[in-house]
Amino acid sequence: MHVPDGFIDGPVSLGAGVVAAAAIGVALRGSRRELGDEKVAPLAGLVAAFVFAVQMLNFPVAAGTSGHLLGGVLAAVLVGPWTGVLCVAVVLLVQLFFADGGLTAYGVNVTCMAVATALVGWLVFRLALVVLPRRPGSVVPAAFLAALVSVPAAALAFTGIYALGGTADIPLGTLAAAMVGVHVLIGIGEAVITALVVSSVLAVRPDLVHGARGLVAARREAALRSAVTA
Amino acid sequence: MTRTRGLLLGGLLLALLLAGVVSQFASGSPDGLEKVAEDKGFIATATDSDLADSPVADYAVRGVDDERVSGGLAGVLGVLATFAIGGALFLVVRRGAGPAGREDRAGGEPTPR
Repeated sequence: MHVPDGFIDGPVSLGAGVVAAAAIGVALRGSRRELGDEKVAPLAGLVAAFVFAVQMLNFPVAAGTSGHLLGGVLAAVLVGPWTGVLCVAVVLLVQLFFADGGLTAYGVNVTCMAVATALVGWLVFRLALVVLPRRPGSVVPAAFLAALVSVPAAALAFTGIYALGGTADIPLGTLAAAMVGVHVLIGIGEAVITALVVSSVLAVRPDLVHGARGLVAARREAALRSAVTA
Repeated sequence: MTRTRGLLLGGLLLALLLAGVVSQFASGSPDGLEKVAEDKGFIATATDSDLADSPVADYAVRGVDDERVSGGLAGVLGVLATFAIGGALFLVVRRGAGPAGREDRAGGEPTPR
């Protein structure tokens, strides 16, 4: 979904840049709390690197169309929503040098692919956990659902920005329908990959899955205690 | 803590494998946004990135002729750069936790335990 230069006009690109900068500012403060446990800091770097890698793996979704993981929900569930926003923002920053996503479109891309995915996804994730049974395994279906919703959410964020500053005159409803339609399909891929990775990490290190905190509190405290005494 | 270090190493190796090798099997079709832009007729409004001349533009390392090697190398470089930038950022953020956070080794090296 990397927006190239030229799709969005200058003023709205700048506005999206301001929104993205503000979101990153808030995320830096929030991430500080999420990274309270020091072993999570290098892990967050790994999550960003992993998202970069998986974003290269375009999968086919329909005739002549592909999609790839956006990773906002994956990062949010593993290391926390604010740290997740920062992870994807770092990925998008590095991708600029690969000419993937335009330089002036960086704010647009951060707003859609980092902020919208991680925050909308985190909201859906938390809501799902309210309904699901209170056990660590519930994190997997909650992450699946959140990832599924996060991709059309990013598509809608783009559509909204396009409505404000798109450089071509495309009817809003037409664009929204087309964007959401294809991105629901990509969302299924996003959901499968997210659930797979979250369940893998949950299987080996449930204490490192941010979204499972509280659900594995007892086990985590025991692990921390042994780490301190070791 | 060696278990965390093991997870870090394993995860990084997996990321390098995905970006360096598996990526050559990725679909080359236009992505969702590109496809919509083609169908709705605004793909032509896209302009070249200011970094279109970067030595790793379009996930190909300049000067490496073999397409697969070039693409794989670009992926490896991207993973390492993202890990370095992300890791550094989060260590700085985490150190900033200061008095409000659980600062237990102020200014110390980020040694995994």
